[in-house]
Amino acid sequence: MSIFLKYREWVLAAIIALMVIGISFYAPAFGTLDNATGVLNDTAFLFMMALAQMIVILTRGIDLSVAANLALTGMMTGLFNEVFPDLPAIVYILVALSIGGGLGLINGSLIAFLRIPPIVVTLGTLAIFRGMIVVIGGGSQVNTSDMSATFLGFPKLSLLGLSSVFWIALAVALFAWFFLSMTRSGRGLYAVGGNPIAARYCGISMPFQQLLAYGISGAVAGMSGYLWVARYGVAYVEIASGYELTVIAACVIGGVSIGGGVGTVAGTLLGALFVGVIVNALPVMQVSPFWQMLISGAVILAAVIINARAEGRALKLILPEARRAAAQAKR
Amino acid sequence: MVAVNPAPPVLSLSHVSKSFPGVRALHDVSFTLYPGQVTALIGENGAGKSTLVKILTGIYTPDEGQIEVAGSVRHFSSPRDSWGAGIAAIHQETVMFDDLSVAENIFMGHMPGGRLIDWRQTRAKARELLASIEADFDADAPLKTLSVAQKHMVEITRALSHAANVIIMDEPTASLSRHEIDELFRIVAQLKAEGRAIIFISHKFDEIFRLSDRFVCLRDGEKVGEGLTKDVTEPDLVRMMVGRPIDQVFPKRDIPLGQTVLEIEGLSNATEFADVSLSLRKGEILGLYGLVGAGRSEAMQAVFGMSEPTKGRVTMGGQELHIREPIDAIEAGISYVPEDRQEQGAFLPLGIRHNITMASLAGHVRNFLLSRGSEQSAARSLGGRLSVKAAHWEQSLGELSGGNQQKVVIAKWLATKPKVIILDEPTKGIDVGSKAAVHDFIGELAEDGLAVILISSELPEIMGLSDNVIVMHEGRIAARFERGKGSGALAWSAEAIVAAATGAPVAEHAA
Repeated sequence: MSIFLKYREWVLAAIIALMVIGISFYAPAFGTLDNATGVLNDTAFLFMMALAQMIVILTRGIDLSVAANLALTGMMTGLFNEVFPDLPAIVYILVALSIGGGLGLINGSLIAFLRIPPIVVTLGTLAIFRGMIVVIGGGSQVNTSDMSATFLGFPKLSLLGLSSVFWIALAVALFAWFFLSMTRSGRGLYAVGGNPIAARYCGISMPFQQLLAYGISGAVAGMSGYLWVARYGVAYVEIASGYELTVIAACVIGGVSIGGGVGTVAGTLLGALFVGVIVNALPVMQVSPFWQMLISGAVILAAVIINARAEGRALKLILPEARRAAAQAKR
Repeated sequence: MVAVNPAPPVLSLSHVSKSFPGVRALHDVSFTLYPGQVTALIGENGAGKSTLVKILTGIYTPDEGQIEVAGSVRHFSSPRDSWGAGIAAIHQETVMFDDLSVAENIFMGHMPGGRLIDWRQTRAKARELLASIEADFDADAPLKTLSVAQKHMVEITRALSHAANVIIMDEPTASLSRHEIDELFRIVAQLKAEGRAIIFISHKFDEIFRLSDRFVCLRDGEKVGEGLTKDVTEPDLVRMMVGRPIDQVFPKRDIPLGQTVLEIEGLSNATEFADVSLSLRKGEILGLYGLVGAGRSEAMQAVFGMSEPTKGRVTMGGQELHIREPIDAIEAGISYVPEDRQEQGAFLPLGIRHNITMASLAGHVRNFLLSRGSEQSAARSLGGRLSVKAAHWEQSLGELSGGNQQKVVIAKWLATKPKVIILDEPTKGIDVGSKAAVHDFIGELAEDGLAVILISSELPEIMGLSDNVIVMHEGRIAARFERGKGSGALAWSAEAIVAAATGAPVAEHAA
């Protein structure tokens, strides 16, 4: 949880840098500043969604419903906008945060109080959320023409060439770092995932931590839902379909342990950036769309395998000279 | 010596020894099993009984000595070898597959048929074996629909399916009703009549006398007695099991006891313990003794808020506590160091500092935020006090040696600045040298004015450290002992304490 990157995160950062350099040789357009900001803007959703997912995975959970939540909240916020057009964008953000957070708390309650495994609950709510989009939208989509100027305008704002979505993702990252390292509840997430029984003995409440994690996950997904719908100018049942898997892949590449209790903000951001670079590079390299999915899947799997190997049991430091060496390295 | 036996032995152990780093689990143990006899294996917790069973079942290989089965020397390097030699064990907690059928459980690992399972034969053979012990359930029944006693019968059938000549029963009656025990004994008698040899492990003397022909007694990993059961009495066996001057082992610190800190009255829950009352004074070490499974940990966990008692009052400093969750107990000044410190106490992925402060985070909050500086100074001072050996205080716990992990877990509980600390089997699984250090440390805690509840199954530890001892048996307090006082069944003696723990009737006078 230190600001400074851990060894493994440096390795991931180096791999990303090498990848960018390599791709730029092949396709010089990729190495430009313009393209770099483009990649960051494009990956902004993944940054914040991966951070929210990390918070859930820290508790030994998983949230498969995030993309469905994004789509449903996006649709609901879009419909809200039809009824209340021309409110300031912040209102739409708050509405999306609340709807998404509410949906997340439904997941959290089922998991925390009924003790249903997270994968089962969120698989179920994934389907329900997607289904509800059809029900509330009456089977039709919300189009650009249905959206007000303030609603559409916000995601198109930019500062220093970076979109407002990116700046929001950055704010989410700062919040996540601050929350995880400086607050009791943040520490509690690591505790319940690291060892649930020990956490209970320490007086840390598993149900509370779970509600918190799924609530945050839902809120971030909901906010992303508004931004997504407004940015692409359309809300319908299929948006961000399957996106939850990209989000989880970014976490795993970033060193978040599916076993819980392990994960950092910096690592997760790098994991998301890795995926973002791959996804953006393939079209630039003129790889056929048919091959793009296969290649990005294979590269993600390779990254996970490398990371999983790095995760093998760390040797204990029992020899006095080994302890001294480690202490030296720390300094 | 053992009476001359006409039949050749089925199994004999000669000079078997087994050590683990720092612990001598078994030393030079020899004994012989004859067909058609029940041999009771007795000894205190930690005397080496389970190590012996694990050697016989091929889980451990002995360092020295040999095992002979039907006259030829055998080497067991896996449980499969041991089955092959006709040895089968029935465990305390049955380890089976709840969702599979009885027949599948019986033949798991050696299903009839070649590459494909011959289901017809599996069922037929299972039925035949079940009928041979007059079991009252079907081979097709899912295991989870069976009672504990019926599951034992499945295990026995499983042993018979291996054509086992030696059957080891490790406290098979622990969770059975009186009627079920009778049923089990009927089967044991039948197995005996068929000429099988049985090793029977039990803490209950009435069962030992009712069932066994011979006994072998272990203490501290050595055989300290064997013979025919009919030649001995219960006090003889207790003396053999305990058999050492205990008071000399641990010099007891002389600490004046202060005012009463904690009082528990009539604590009960539905199935685990009833009417547990005790009071604890500043500087006191209260030993809570009993057999494994006597309900000691369960009762103390209820005090700590890990489960909710149905009845009873807990007061601290004259104020009644309403403890629903561990956080309430921690805030009231109670700490609980759980038995399995690694499993239940250590956050392996997290650093030492995070581990040490995890139960006392509230104390490190400045302006609503955790203060890194305050946490660091707590880690430094407690880590230093317990001489945790680490490279630095942010090092993750998974990188420390087991002993150092344990110290960190204890540091975590001292960090909550408790008034009462409950230690659950604090020396379980640690070597002799570290044990002494832990004992010293417990004395220190009491000297610092903490009130200590020491749950331990090791009598020397209990008698060496405690000012008072409460013995629990089957969820209830069986007797109370005061250091150096009392007489008769309530005298401060190893024999009296063990007798109370095994459920011998104690006249409730002059407590």
